[in-house]
Amino acid sequence: MSLALIAALPFLGALLPGLMLRAGRNACATATGAVTLLALLGLLSHLPAVLRGEMVQARFEWLPALGLNANFFLDGLGFMFAGLILGIGLLIIIYARFYLSKNDPMDQFYTYLLLFQGAMVGIVLSDNILLLLIFWELTSLSSFLLIGYWKHLPEGRQGARMALTVTGMGGLALIGGMLILGNIAGSYDLTVILENREAIQESDLYVPALLLILLGAFTKSAQFPFHFWLPHAMAAPTPVSAYLHSATMVKAGLFLMARLWPVLSGTDLWFYLVAGAGLITMTLGAVIALFKDDLKGLLAFSTVSHLGLITMLLGMGTEVAAVVAVFHIINHATFKAALFMTAGIIDHEAHTRDIKRLGGLRLLMPVTFIIGTIAAFSMAGLPPFNGFLSKEMMLHEAAHTSTLFMVMATVAATFSVAYSLRFVFHVFFGPKRDDYPAKPHDPGFGMWAAPALLVGLVIAIGLFPKTIVGALVATVSKAVTQADELPYYSLALWHGVNAALIMSIIAVATGAVLLLLHKALDRAWIAAPRPEAKAIFDALLAAITRTATRVTDALHDGAMSRYLAIFTAACVVIVAGAFFTADYVQGTRPMLPMTVPALVGFVLIMVPTLALALLHRNRYLSLVLMGVVGLLLSVGFAYLSAPDLAMTQLSVEVVTIILLLLALYFLPKETPVESSPARRWRDGVIGAGAGLGIGGLIYALLRREPDNIGWYFLENSYTGGGGNNVVNVILVDFRGFDTFGEIIVLGVAGIAIFAMVAAVLRGAGGKRLRAMAAEHVKIGDRHPLMMVVATRAVLPIALVVGVYIFWRGHSFPGGGFIAGLVVAVAVLMQYMASGLEWAQARQRVAYHGMIAVGILTAAFTGIASWFFGYPFLKSTFGYVTIPPLSKFEVASAMAFDVGVFLTVLGAVMLALAELSRMGRVSDPDVPINTDPMDIVTDGGAIRPAATKDS
Amino acid sequence: MEILVAIIIGSLTAVGTYLMLRMRTFPVIVGLSLLAYAVNFFLFASGRLMLNAPPLLYTDAPHTDALPQALTLTAIVIAFGMTAVAVIMALAAYLNDGSDKLDMENAAPEVTPEERGQ
Repeated sequence: MSLALIAALPFLGALLPGLMLRAGRNACATATGAVTLLALLGLLSHLPAVLRGEMVQARFEWLPALGLNANFFLDGLGFMFAGLILGIGLLIIIYARFYLSKNDPMDQFYTYLLLFQGAMVGIVLSDNILLLLIFWELTSLSSFLLIGYWKHLPEGRQGARMALTVTGMGGLALIGGMLILGNIAGSYDLTVILENREAIQESDLYVPALLLILLGAFTKSAQFPFHFWLPHAMAAPTPVSAYLHSATMVKAGLFLMARLWPVLSGTDLWFYLVAGAGLITMTLGAVIALFKDDLKGLLAFSTVSHLGLITMLLGMGTEVAAVVAVFHIINHATFKAALFMTAGIIDHEAHTRDIKRLGGLRLLMPVTFIIGTIAAFSMAGLPPFNGFLSKEMMLHEAAHTSTLFMVMATVAATFSVAYSLRFVFHVFFGPKRDDYPAKPHDPGFGMWAAPALLVGLVIAIGLFPKTIVGALVATVSKAVTQADELPYYSLALWHGVNAALIMSIIAVATGAVLLLLHKALDRAWIAAPRPEAKAIFDALLAAITRTATRVTDALHDGAMSRYLAIFTAACVVIVAGAFFTADYVQGTRPMLPMTVPALVGFVLIMVPTLALALLHRNRYLSLVLMGVVGLLLSVGFAYLSAPDLAMTQLSVEVVTIILLLLALYFLPKETPVESSPARRWRDGVIGAGAGLGIGGLIYALLRREPDNIGWYFLENSYTGGGGNNVVNVILVDFRGFDTFGEIIVLGVAGIAIFAMVAAVLRGAGGKRLRAMAAEHVKIGDRHPLMMVVATRAVLPIALVVGVYIFWRGHSFPGGGFIAGLVVAVAVLMQYMASGLEWAQARQRVAYHGMIAVGILTAAFTGIASWFFGYPFLKSTFGYVTIPPLSKFEVASAMAFDVGVFLTVLGAVMLALAELSRMGRVSDPDVPINTDPMDIVTDGGAIRPAATKDS
Repeated sequence: MEILVAIIIGSLTAVGTYLMLRMRTFPVIVGLSLLAYAVNFFLFASGRLMLNAPPLLYTDAPHTDALPQALTLTAIVIAFGMTAVAVIMALAAYLNDGSDKLDMENAAPEVTPEERGQ
């Protein structure tokens, strides 16, 4: 199975739980499990190759220009992690089926779980570090959903938020670190980066890269001082805790450190940072764990401690230590997952996880007792379980590093023994109590099967380490260290009497004593002052939020015109500064001679433009002036060799003015004087500055010779696009993809207007609209006969003109945009002359539909070229003769232009019709006429039209 | 000729900016439209000015640059879409709040249509 498919399967499978839940909870769990099982089998199919030391790869180009490719590779390290993620994932799915209560939405749980699983598998299989970063962020997001699964619990929400904040922050740092790393190595492919150890460690950027990457790894793996989020994430349902905190999420940081071990480790900085943080975390976590009364809290801090242990081993930088780290990752995953599930079972059956309320469960829950005890003894590092093996090897490494490590490691091991034994003795031993919140008994097989299997592994690995995981540990260790041969190490229960064994014996003996003294110690612990991480975190967060709010409030006080003034003035000042400090060279392109028509046009445009600044308070007048400017601009386009622009500007101008007139119907007709003369002068100066800048810019541009690709379109328009109108050929052919985007924007604008009008009519605006009716002056003749007759006579002609303009567009001025606007104006005239109801009663197609059909037509035209093996929107053309017409050209781009036409027509009409609808609401008393006009002819006699009230 | 075009574009920008700095929504929309004219004309003019040289291949050379024209054509239509959305937004704000003031600090209605009624 392709690696990409293995990573994609959980994501695809995430669609299943929601569907399968309808078939029942068993079906839902089975489907989810089947997805994971399939991915696991796919992974296992690569096992022989991985054990042979081969590297399995799958590569897809995604965004090669950015160095972002969907490259996957599988070696021993990736295999071990993927195996843990999928294997334990499968067990968790089974366990969760029985753990979740009937009230919990199971489909959501499994969906989140699969999303998380996919993200984790993605991390460990990624070859490309950019891809890895994407999956890394996905784990933060999906774990947020999982931790906060019980949305009704405040602890769940807070824990999820804290986890997201901390790991998300680390993720950001990691992005920076990885980008630096990729830059040094010259490639974003891990396989390349791993071969560039010298270049990376000699680089000046090694230190920042290392710090940022470690920040990412430490936050994810809950290393001191970021360890505090993990215990709060325990508010999640137990299957989530068991999954995230035994095998997956928190191990992602370890994975990253192990993955980059060959290139980053071995320096002093690496040793002090990683081994130091690991040592502190290991000891601190172990001490705190002893005093946690919540079973899951105890396990959470124990996890923190064990993560610290593995981090410390990786930090030591020796190959043997790396081997031990790998071995302990496997062991920790097995016993910790089993322990979390045990805690979940106890919580499920006894309805409490508080150790002080438990005890004596040994006889009530014998199966759980056996499973829990074996797993806890392994966690304590007691023989003959697997935890003992890796702990001995760890102590051996610590003893050979320095005295400090030896002492601290022994302390950590001591507390580890103490809290593990507490888990066993304070929960299962002691007298049976009669005050359990519920009557505890062993759960059904479904719930204890998964932990039992894991405990089986705990024993088997402990007794026969070489047989069961020897080959795997060797392969993985080679992948971590990138070494061809590993130094000597031995996976065995008995190594003779050595330092490690003595340290171990001290730890067990002292640990047992600590447990006996637990009552006294606990009192002292509770009495002692200690920093509460959550309070500090909350205070820090609140302070940041307050500061951000203050800054935002100060900068954004809602004075829009002031923002704009500051923005424009700043632009003017910056550009002016740049202009006056640079050497400006006047261009040498000769100017066109001034002609009389040009001068007349100039005056005709300038007068209304300047008048607008003075007379804008009269809103009707300002619309008239604006219309004059727009129409003259279209004349200007025509004069300056742009017939298509002239036609577009002309029709858009008409539509725009009608739209603004309709809007003005509801708005105040005058703009009051509100600003002081000083303010107006200020705005005038800002405006003049902007005008000078833009005018100067275009003048400078016009005086220079063009250096562009315009000639290409002129040369290839006919031969390549089959059209003589180069503008239209560019629109529908050369740059068809741009046009496609633009009509979508236009369609969205139309739909947005529809939605906004609907919202206004429903809300307070609707009331105000209806209240407006009284103030509107009614005209005597709503539908003047002359206008009705004229518009109706013109409609077919206008439509023919529209078709004509459309058809000729490829070779003469015209095309879909212009035709759409022309037809829109023609239809609009019907609305104006005969009324909304009359027009809508005759409208066969809804405008939304027209927009959709337009965009789809354009899209399918583009897609159609795929079937001929061409890229999207590749156009073709030919010539046909249909008697009695002369030969004419048909280009596939015309189908695209039909899409443009329909979208433009639909969007324009939707906008205007919606405004008319508002008018209808504002005048409810006006009778609705569905007849052609206010008078009807009835058998030759003319009488007033029948009206009905709304 | 180039000077005339530059003055027109500059003036449209200046008046458009001035109107956009007004405190009511309607002049801002008119200012936005003027600014759109200026931008569209600017875009078009960046292909340099030529007389009697439309980019239609059945006419005799020379032909002016067609690319800025094509881009400007869609820009004109998009500008309409933008104006339409802005108009409806202004209208919705006015109908919901009873004020067409631009700044948010003064959201309370000063003259409601009811008060303004006969």
